[in-house]
Amino acid sequence: MDINNLKHFSAQVDLDDFNPASEKDKEYMVKMRPSTTAFKDGVRRLRKNKIAMISFWIIVIIALAVIFIPMFWPYKYEAILGMQPGKPVDASFNNLAPFEYAKSELARIESGESVFPHIFGTDAQGRDYFIRVVYGTRISLAVGLFASIIVLVIGLLVGSISGYCGGVVDMIIMRIVDIIYSLPDMLMVILLAAVLKVAIGTSLEGTPLAKIGSNIISLFIIFAILYWVSMARLIRGQILSLREQEYVLASQAAGAKGSWVIRKHLIPNCISVIVISTALQIPSAIFTESYLSFLGLGVNAPMPSLGSLASDALNGLSSYPYRLIIPAIVISLIVLSLNLFGDGLRDAFDPKLNN
Amino acid sequence: MALLEVKDLHTSFFTDAGEVRAVNGVSFQLDHGKVLGIVGESGSGKSVTAYSIMQILAGTGKIVSGSIKFDGQELVGAGEKVMKDIRGNKISIIFQDPMTSLNPTYTIGHQLMEAILLHTNRNKQQAWDRAVEMLKLVNVNEPEKRMKQYPYEFSGGMRQRVMIAMALACEPDILIADEPTTALDVTIQAGILELMKDIQKKMGMAIIMITHDLGVVAQLCDEVVVMYAGSICEQGTADEIFYNPCHEYTKGLMRSIPTAENSGQRLEPISGTPIDLLNMPKGCPFAPRCDAAMKICIKQRCERMEINDSHYASCWMNVKKAVSEK
Amino acid sequence: MNPKTLKYILKRIILAVFTVWVVITVTFFIMHAVPGGPFVGEKAVSPAVQKAMEAKYGLDKPLFEQYLTYLTDVIQFKFGPSLKQRGRMVIDIMTDGLKTSIKLGVIAAFLALISGTILGSFAALRRNTVFDRVIMVVTTAFVSMPSFIMGSLLLIVFAIELKVLPANGSTAAGLILPIITLMLYPMSYITRMTRSSMLDVLGQDYIRTAKAKGVPRLRVIFGHALKNSLIPVITYFGPMLAYIVTGSLVVEQIFAVPGIGRAFVQSIINRDYTLIMGTTIVLATLIVIMNLISDILYKVVDPRINLE
Repeated sequence: MDINNLKHFSAQVDLDDFNPASEKDKEYMVKMRPSTTAFKDGVRRLRKNKIAMISFWIIVIIALAVIFIPMFWPYKYEAILGMQPGKPVDASFNNLAPFEYAKSELARIESGESVFPHIFGTDAQGRDYFIRVVYGTRISLAVGLFASIIVLVIGLLVGSISGYCGGVVDMIIMRIVDIIYSLPDMLMVILLAAVLKVAIGTSLEGTPLAKIGSNIISLFIIFAILYWVSMARLIRGQILSLREQEYVLASQAAGAKGSWVIRKHLIPNCISVIVISTALQIPSAIFTESYLSFLGLGVNAPMPSLGSLASDALNGLSSYPYRLIIPAIVISLIVLSLNLFGDGLRDAFDPKLNN
Repeated sequence: MALLEVKDLHTSFFTDAGEVRAVNGVSFQLDHGKVLGIVGESGSGKSVTAYSIMQILAGTGKIVSGSIKFDGQELVGAGEKVMKDIRGNKISIIFQDPMTSLNPTYTIGHQLMEAILLHTNRNKQQAWDRAVEMLKLVNVNEPEKRMKQYPYEFSGGMRQRVMIAMALACEPDILIADEPTTALDVTIQAGILELMKDIQKKMGMAIIMITHDLGVVAQLCDEVVVMYAGSICEQGTADEIFYNPCHEYTKGLMRSIPTAENSGQRLEPISGTPIDLLNMPKGCPFAPRCDAAMKICIKQRCERMEINDSHYASCWMNVKKAVSEK
Repeated sequence: MNPKTLKYILKRIILAVFTVWVVITVTFFIMHAVPGGPFVGEKAVSPAVQKAMEAKYGLDKPLFEQYLTYLTDVIQFKFGPSLKQRGRMVIDIMTDGLKTSIKLGVIAAFLALISGTILGSFAALRRNTVFDRVIMVVTTAFVSMPSFIMGSLLLIVFAIELKVLPANGSTAAGLILPIITLMLYPMSYITRMTRSSMLDVLGQDYIRTAKAKGVPRLRVIFGHALKNSLIPVITYFGPMLAYIVTGSLVVEQIFAVPGIGRAFVQSIINRDYTLIMGTTIVLATLIVIMNLISDILYKVVDPRINLE
């Protein structure tokens, strides 16, 4: 060892420094990061995602708005304001611009009454447009949600059965899935909607379902028939991989500990896949519903849907463009927020995409 | 003059989470025709050092400071034009995972000929012949037929041979091999190493062998550099490192491999986990895992000290020994 | 060609044919499940005349016999006369409509493909810059808007407010807005797909190998990276066509384009059953064929998939 190298140390060397370091000293050098569960980790990642969180709050606000506003709003969506029983038809209610008032309303204001404004004006039949938009949103959201739940339930059921039973049952179900999957869905949807409209139309009268409308029922039926296939495939895949893990673990000496591992890791994995898939299915359902409503195959008048409002607005487009723009913005906002939130969920919880 | 001179190289990755200091002050030399081994664990910075030499660092990586001289020419800051000419031509590299290192949509022949056509004056036919010649050199059978095949038609060992052929096609002065056998079966490993030894004798190029496998080092390397957490702990000839390790980390490595001497005894792995390159503490990076760590190790890094004119180490233990010997 | 690939192709073709058969059958039975038949609701039709019409159209025969007749007819492209457009054969109505719609669809698809791959590649190369972020925001917006919203908005802005483009789709210039409407969604989808695929490819080891060989940057991108990035885009061909078909139903309505989509919608409103069946089958078959081509192309092009 070259002593010369030591020379410039001699002034600083404290012989005590050459005593062994304690464990505490060593620990001080290494800062460990705390470990968390996969779920908490995912939630943390999700919250960090500003876009996903903003989208989440937008959806919540819209949902709350459509639930609560109709409760206190003075106008009903189906109320044709110009036609009061016993009074002559007041056509001045039709096609009011936002914040405009009809003649009889102006008269009431003059006499000291305060009349609630029509924030979005009225439509061609004198119905308050704001509440129609709110109701339309409510319908679109509800349809989207319920359709997705139907898809989830059926897909879960069929997928589980297929994955669990295996063998011939699995093969048959998968063939059916393949065929349904390759059917051009939109065409079938339109066809079924057109037919069911006529077929169910009259048979629902008198039942509570009549209020919802035959078209919506047919929409749900269509979703039940056609759209469960992706979910079924997904679930089946998860179950198959679960079985593979079990088989592998069983052939080791691990025993009970192995199944604990499965329960802790694979089930949460399944759930996250299901949640993400459903979250992304909702905007797709809303899309389909608005599309059908636009073609006239969706909700029955007078019940509004964002799609049917847009369709109606086409007629007076040059004079009243805002009647199209408003539902257009609302639909786009809802679908966009749901998509962004779904993407955020996937980024946060899908382990495969983690770097 | 040495063929390759690396002086005080610092390379970092500038990520969202901060600056990851992957290489901190690495210096070594490589002479013509010699085989240098760079040994270390994952994360020690050995691959990043190699990528710094070739300047093929991934997106956020940058050479922060230092000098890399190839044949007297400074590479740091030299620019793409210079590097393009050197890569695949004067300095070549083969990577760890042969399964993913070849483009699946081009034939082997195309990929082999690409480098040849880029760097030499050969025409297509000559490039083809040269490529076939290289395949023969690496013992790939039926080379003409293989030229028209796609990577998925080759096994792992064969692909690695193709990679070697690709790297050597332009007769580089230096071949960098980044853990070339780690992803292969043990039996295939031996074949690849034999091949490399053979070729090195035939073509006489210098090799930088990056590995964590001391057995490979023992077989091939003339000189060895031991890295930990981005710095060099110890460097010297292979004999010196194996028989007279002067850094606690190197000593730990030697203790953990089975040899004829310690047969029948318990192997001692090195306990603990490596430090966080994002928040590097003062002091010796190995101290938290070192059984012989002293108070000064926590406070201050040990500078590189000469043990003899071909052996250097950065460990306070040497100072302690010298002081107590006085 | 790999025998495994051939087997796969055969399987897919059989599945496609089977699917078309299912479509024909389902369509047939659904249409005949409507209570009352096609002549219900027609004003001033006495029962005798109604019976005569039913006999003329073969609607009085047993259902299964009608089905077999229909099946054999369809295979020979005999779709029968339109029930509501007197004097016109279904096949003629469809052919006229197809001419316009195919023009519309092909141009839209082509534009979407070209612009999508270019924008997507650039976004990947200029990752996290302003350029990239703007593209991502814009494409996300377009992907969330239903085609009828898009079409209507474009109509308002360009045809009504600015008056720069015609609102009616019967002229050549009148096709500009419909084409733009149809292409925005697929373009956005392809842009995002290409970007993601390109980013994925750029991180692969073989790109590093190419760079380490001294391959110049441009060649790395357009030679090595692009080829691999475009492979997943091929899988989108089928869905893209399906979107264009369904999108055209709505777009042709909004812009009054005389295409097969509008014919289909009108046929549903008019309950023109023969026309409904004809257009459904033709459009469905188009989509199935496109999906088939897409699947086969993907298998053939990706050498790695061949291994399985």
